[in-house]
Amino acid sequence: MQDLTDLYQSVILDHNRRPRNYSVLPTANRVGSGNNPMCGDQMTVYVRLEGDRIADISFQGSGCAISKASTSLMTINLKGKTIAEAEAIYAGIHQLVTTGQVAEDDMSDLAALAGVHQFPARIKCATLGWHAALNAAKGEATPATTEKPSD
Amino acid sequence: MNAAWKNVRADFPILDQQVNGHPLVYLDNAATSQKPSCVIDALANYYRKDNANVHRGIHTLSMRATFAYEAARERAAKFLNAAEPGEIVFTAGTTDSINLVANAWGDENLKPGDVILLTEMEHHSNLVPWQLLARRTGAKLRYLPVVAGDTGLLDLAQLPTVLTPEVKIFAFTHVSNTLGVINPAAELCAAAKKVGALTVVDAAQSAGHLPLDVRAMGCDFLAVSGHKMCGPTGVGLLYGRKTLLDAMPPYRGGGSMISSVEYFESKWAPAPAKFEAGTPNIADVIALARAMDYLDDLGREAIAQHDEKLAALAYARLLDEVPGIRILGPAHHRSGVVSFDLPGVHAHDVVTMADQEGVALRGGHHCNQPLMKKLGLSSTSRASFYLYNTEAEIDRLVATLQKISKFFTG
Repeated sequence: MQDLTDLYQSVILDHNRRPRNYSVLPTANRVGSGNNPMCGDQMTVYVRLEGDRIADISFQGSGCAISKASTSLMTINLKGKTIAEAEAIYAGIHQLVTTGQVAEDDMSDLAALAGVHQFPARIKCATLGWHAALNAAKGEATPATTEKPSD
Repeated sequence: MNAAWKNVRADFPILDQQVNGHPLVYLDNAATSQKPSCVIDALANYYRKDNANVHRGIHTLSMRATFAYEAARERAAKFLNAAEPGEIVFTAGTTDSINLVANAWGDENLKPGDVILLTEMEHHSNLVPWQLLARRTGAKLRYLPVVAGDTGLLDLAQLPTVLTPEVKIFAFTHVSNTLGVINPAAELCAAAKKVGALTVVDAAQSAGHLPLDVRAMGCDFLAVSGHKMCGPTGVGLLYGRKTLLDAMPPYRGGGSMISSVEYFESKWAPAPAKFEAGTPNIADVIALARAMDYLDDLGREAIAQHDEKLAALAYARLLDEVPGIRILGPAHHRSGVVSFDLPGVHAHDVVTMADQEGVALRGGHHCNQPLMKKLGLSSTSRASFYLYNTEAEIDRLVATLQKISKFFTG
């Protein structure tokens, strides 16, 4: 299973087993949910927005190792970022999972998602939580909005 | 098993290929079956030699196409032991067939207070059309439960409670695409008849897998997909008792379904033409009839035994050899569908990893979200067997799942 260790790197397996920031955020003032109607995956992302800054972020949901690990990694990387910074990071992620090309900046542990581009059916798994988070950060205050993510 | 079984794998050229460096093990038959060469040839030969529009044609090719199309209807009637070819309506598949009944029969016959009875194990295709019908007519939906636990059997003890005189139509699946359960269709149809309810049987997973006799079963309607029984995609059929089809209004308007048309009104052709507006799916219908010949040459009783033997072997071996696996459905008397949950590994990860080993599985909710919720699962992986699968392929399945389990849980 040589190709599979590209997809399921140890960082992914670790975040799948022990997802970070995996809880409801009591202080959240934005909630976004992403669901993939084709496979039934569902992620809810909780955000505390202070001005345009993501002061805190957490998630819960059910999904495959890729969607869970990607969302877990996302919470670590988006905490403290502005919405504009978060969008720029997501643009890099989108490029990474669709082409395998790393953006100019150091992507640190997010680079573990590079293998996804070899498995086109799984790209939507990697982007699910990100859609939910950006949806939450840019959307109206609670109640949650639901979106149908594409890529 | 007769002589037709001897080279059965060679009949399916697609099986002879490598996927990700391994010989393909195709275990996604509940989603769609592969097609034998004779069916592929029937399609190609129709387009090479006989293609023309059917009905009303006077020229030779049109007569040839019309003859083959109507011969396919006779073949299908024989396949299901219908009373006459006029009880067979060609459709796009099971979903289309069920929508036809829900619209043409349902809109005309249901009123507020009436009940549509379904079971908790229905595929979305035998659920959503009835939800839409209930919304249009004010009729209510009711469900025959599945027993608690993982056997997946219908709770027949509840039948007298839910099958009351308010039930006007009872739609249920013959074989569950998620649980592999074979439901007692004849018993359910007889019970429905006692309260005056019509029956719609979803035979998507049973046609081509089990012997089917609509008269012995006693159903009023039965829906079939061609592509799950060695036929092409995009074609299927609806069996309906002739008196019911005759009394139903059309579902779609257009050419071929009329006897006369004037500017402000039209008269309908008799069934089944009434339900086949527009140019039908001629080539696929003809190839579907060829698939029926192929299946009957092998013998549907023999196919059922083959499926059941592989499913029982897979069930026993997975339970013994894959630590912690949870298998849905009964241990015995089941179809070739085996759904399972591998602890700590999401179904999509199972399917991606199995694919790397050349093993084609399906993972997800199997168009069965309410049942998944009841079972406390968001998704399962599914291996489904058909006539060309072998015991050696179960070795590959078991070894692959052991490898996946080890990879994820260490």
